[in-house]
Amino acid sequence: MKTWKEITPGAVILEPGSARKFKTGSWRAMKPKWIEENCIHCLLCWVYCPDMSVKVRDGKREQFDFDFCKGCGICALECPGKKGQKAIVMEQEGK
Amino acid sequence: MGKRVAITGNEAVAQAMRIANPDVCGAYPITPATDIMQRFTSFVSNCEVKTEMVLTESEHSAMSACIGAAAAGGRVATASAAQGIALMWEMLFVASGLRLPIIMGVANRALAAPLNIHGDHSDGMGMRDCGWIHFYSENAQEAYDNMLMAFRIAEHLDIRLPVMVGLDGFITSHSIETMSMIDDEAARAFIGEYKAVNPLLDIKNPKSIGPLILTDMYMEFRKAHDAVMARVPGVVLEVAAEFEKISGRKYGLFESYRLEDAEIAIAVMSSAAGTTKDVVDSYREKGIKVGILKPRMYRPFPYEQMGEALKHVKALAVLDRADCFGGSYGPLFADISNALYPNQQKPVMINKIYGLGGRDYMPDQAEYTIDELIRIAKDGKVKSIKEYIGVRG
Repeated sequence: MKTWKEITPGAVILEPGSARKFKTGSWRAMKPKWIEENCIHCLLCWVYCPDMSVKVRDGKREQFDFDFCKGCGICALECPGKKGQKAIVMEQEGK
Repeated sequence: MGKRVAITGNEAVAQAMRIANPDVCGAYPITPATDIMQRFTSFVSNCEVKTEMVLTESEHSAMSACIGAAAAGGRVATASAAQGIALMWEMLFVASGLRLPIIMGVANRALAAPLNIHGDHSDGMGMRDCGWIHFYSENAQEAYDNMLMAFRIAEHLDIRLPVMVGLDGFITSHSIETMSMIDDEAARAFIGEYKAVNPLLDIKNPKSIGPLILTDMYMEFRKAHDAVMARVPGVVLEVAAEFEKISGRKYGLFESYRLEDAEIAIAVMSSAAGTTKDVVDSYREKGIKVGILKPRMYRPFPYEQMGEALKHVKALAVLDRADCFGGSYGPLFADISNALYPNQQKPVMINKIYGLGGRDYMPDQAEYTIDELIRIAKDGKVKSIKEYIGVRG
């Protein structure tokens, strides 16, 4: 840990993207569960996620990044699913 | 070397801001400081400065705009008073915690309720512990000089803290006095170019400002702030010495007036010090050794230096234009008591609360106080440590 003599004045963070080092997933009480067979890859979950916890590759969504997902449930709320079946549901953490 | 002019304290502050040519001013009007920004906006309209004026919907927003602009990398100044300062209180801590060199002229005014627009130090004392550097000015000349020096002190690379410059509402802010203005070119050269430190607008070097700092680091930032404050007096004196070269006017951390050989003394800030000096002169003519200590830099408070300057007097009256409610003494009294505490030798002290809400401070109040100090110096007996003077009943 840095001493008071080593810190930047005014707590300015000079390293871009350093928030990646501060994993916030442990704050979670509820956990989103991705049900792949119901997913139409509309990517609304990716749009609505307030963090960057929905991983996407080649236009298709992948598993959540649980290092940063705080379990807010917005993705589950917005998910249109397939034929009335949600592709994201919320579960109790640690279940 | 400049010219003599007859202007109000507010215009003196606005003129200093004109010379500094801030990049951005976020402002919201409030009596008696409205006039500062009103005069300054005329400089903006007349292209005498290149400032971006941001007229906000409240003082909280005005200080927020100043913080954003300063973080972006600009030289920033504003002005406010009383309720305005109270409303921006949250952001005052943000400005100092982010180490942004924002300059604010404050036409010191009483706080409501009861609603009052006149001269009083309650607003400045309310922001006393916000981590800013504070100066108090006796008259328009000092307000102008302190403002010019404030830019140098705030923007000093070893400091980078916001500075407030107080002048008494109406008594100084709206009274016309003669004073010397420094030649624009010399004053501009004195203030110098603004150097941005870690500006947000340097987009090639992205950075984050205002992060969450929890139990593991918060105390380190507070310790660093305390350490910066300790460097301020040295820089203030260094800047004052340079200022003397262009102005011929000498400034210290505080002013000692006929204090060196004094047996009794009054400590008083801002405009009331002028009245007190006249009364002290008349007592000196009668052979009474009385002097004055007039604080200039109120935060950081020069405890050691002030303790040294006052320890030899037998009796000392501290005059406060604000009260700390809760049955205690005025804020200046408390600070000067702290300054004297470590000394073996120290005066008997009394505290007078005067001039609240712009109540006139008259020579007879200074005479009343000096007469009491003469008695205390003889027999050491104090009737009451704290007393309101100039109050009915």
